[in-house]
Amino acid sequence: MAVITYRQALHDTLREEMLADEDVFLIGEEIGVFEGSYKITAGLLDEFGEKRVRDTPIAEEGFIGAAVGAAMQGLRPVAELMTINFSLIALDQIVNHAAKIYGMFGGQCSVPMVMRTPGGGGQQLGATHSQNIELYYAFVPGLKVVAPSTPADAKALLRASIADNDPVLFLENLALYNTKGEVPETVEPAEIGKAAVSRPGNDITIIGYSRMATVAHQVADKLEDEEGISAEVVDLRSLRPLDRETLVESVRKTNCAVIAEDDWLTYGIGAEIAASISDGAFDSLDAPVRRVAAAEVPLPYAKPLERAALPSAESLTTAVHETLEAVGRRR
Amino acid sequence: MAETATRSKPASGGAGKTRRNGTRSSGKRVQTGANNVFSGESPDTLRDYFRQMTLIRRFEERAAQGYTQAKIGGYCHLNLGEEATVVGLMSALRRSDYLFTNYREHGYALAKGIEPGRVMAELYGRTSGTSKGWGGSMHMFDVDSGLLGGYGIVGGQIPLATGAALAIDYRGGDQVVMCQLGDGTTNIGAFHESLNIAALWNLPVIFVVVNNQLGMGTTVEKSSAESELYKRAVAYRMHGERVDGNDVTAVNEAASRLVEHARATGEPALLETVSHRLKGHSVVDPSKYRSQESVDAARAADPVATFRARLIDSGVLDEDGAAEIERQAQADADAAVAFADDSPHPDVSTLFDYTYATPVANDSRRLPADPVF
Repeated sequence: MAVITYRQALHDTLREEMLADEDVFLIGEEIGVFEGSYKITAGLLDEFGEKRVRDTPIAEEGFIGAAVGAAMQGLRPVAELMTINFSLIALDQIVNHAAKIYGMFGGQCSVPMVMRTPGGGGQQLGATHSQNIELYYAFVPGLKVVAPSTPADAKALLRASIADNDPVLFLENLALYNTKGEVPETVEPAEIGKAAVSRPGNDITIIGYSRMATVAHQVADKLEDEEGISAEVVDLRSLRPLDRETLVESVRKTNCAVIAEDDWLTYGIGAEIAASISDGAFDSLDAPVRRVAAAEVPLPYAKPLERAALPSAESLTTAVHETLEAVGRRR
Repeated sequence: MAETATRSKPASGGAGKTRRNGTRSSGKRVQTGANNVFSGESPDTLRDYFRQMTLIRRFEERAAQGYTQAKIGGYCHLNLGEEATVVGLMSALRRSDYLFTNYREHGYALAKGIEPGRVMAELYGRTSGTSKGWGGSMHMFDVDSGLLGGYGIVGGQIPLATGAALAIDYRGGDQVVMCQLGDGTTNIGAFHESLNIAALWNLPVIFVVVNNQLGMGTTVEKSSAESELYKRAVAYRMHGERVDGNDVTAVNEAASRLVEHARATGEPALLETVSHRLKGHSVVDPSKYRSQESVDAARAADPVATFRARLIDSGVLDEDGAAEIERQAQADADAAVAFADDSPHPDVSTLFDYTYATPVANDSRRLPADPVF
């Protein structure tokens, strides 16, 4: 099986979907001549031309809205928002329009579009360029929000997102672009709305998505190797809809859970997950559900401050240890 | 009466793709205004304009009544005083052309060809409404007649309309998009971003600023540094012009010329129509902020009354003919109300039918009191 980067998986999938369907086109800032801020679209302008790889002015509201309007006509635009921070400039078009058009008009017109965008801090980009604000979109009925953590999932979920007739926010992460993973020759579209138990275990459930799902795997592997702890990892993959069944089922088995999220704790994705565990696995819990989340500050530039503010393998490991101590499974 | 604001001026018709900076001769001018001279429209066409304008007037009066009777909820913005603009614009479009509007759109829905009963039923929130009762006054939609939405958020329709024009361009179709917006909307970012994109990419979209001189209670002079709104087009090297929005034939002439030019060349344009709002911003607005002078001017310019007088003066209609059209319009508006009132409310079992077009795993279908598990 080929081992490729997350970036390559995205690039290959875009190319394959464009080859398969004339209605698929790319739209965004610096995706053509510049080949994308993070080079996901490298080479695609040369191969497909300006009609299908459309560089836009710096006008997020204008070009996301234009993508919505084109999708209403049955085209399948895949828009790139340079980072999720800039999606805020297009918020009206995403939340008040893309998410509403199907319902508000009584199901007469769907909006088959994808908005690809990376979140994530840790690159010393400062407060405005390091946010994890996927929650803003996961909150909104009418949108679908997916957040793959591996190259194979990136491919399977991007295929599904492009084939889907609803607006999908496709969350990437700056720290994942260079990560590698096995990707089969043929990848079927994933089922949106389904989480995956990506690592089975018995002692504790770690729930994460995007970058923190990969961190959860690192931590789980190390706990197994060094301490014989069997951690189960649930990779959410989809933030809306949220697959509560899968994560609750895991907690019913392990009786305790730690949530790993890159966003802020208060009102964050983890809060919804913790509430869901309370709803569905209250009687199974042997310890309070623990959340590992970013410090609640505008993310500073200086490296020691930035490092202290963001969740990491170390902070997740600490939370796992403390939770296991609370349930009496660790000295 | 029409004023123009750019170097390149669309001629009627058009000869293939002409770049927007090319210098071309002026299109035909139409004499409009006080002298009752019509320029080529057939009597049937003129009578049909009057019929449509009168229907909108009667329909909106019934809508206001339905609102005060609490048959209609939410916000309810009427086209009273804008009938000439609405009919002039819609008569310039083919049924297959696309229309995006703001929230003041009942008249546009009627003039684009939707049955009055379905428009009223949407106001009543019934299943037979244009959006099956999901949209209400501000959010009407009808694929068959090309109304691709009324939109409640100021400016939200402008990027969407630009995108629809992009899709036409992408597929090589011959439709044109018309994007209606209000005078206050020319100050929002989406307007400028979209005009820039439409001009850059040469997209067949006509932006129509319906300048009724008030954005809610704020005058154009108080909100727009350049209060001659059609001149905003200059910044994007786009053709812009202003026309008397109280004159249905003048509006139709300008709109038809720009629409057909866009159809032939793909070039966008900005058309400003100037008229008055006869009533408040919405049904519940008593317009206390408005001067008596402004109210008197609006009444004096009443496009339905003035057009009626012109038609009679010029012999296109006689008093009996006008009265018959008015009687029929009243009957149509009354029938729309009866149709709406007789239509069923949506069943609560359909509440989760339109969240997603593609069914998805784990889609929430819980009602407020339901437990999550």
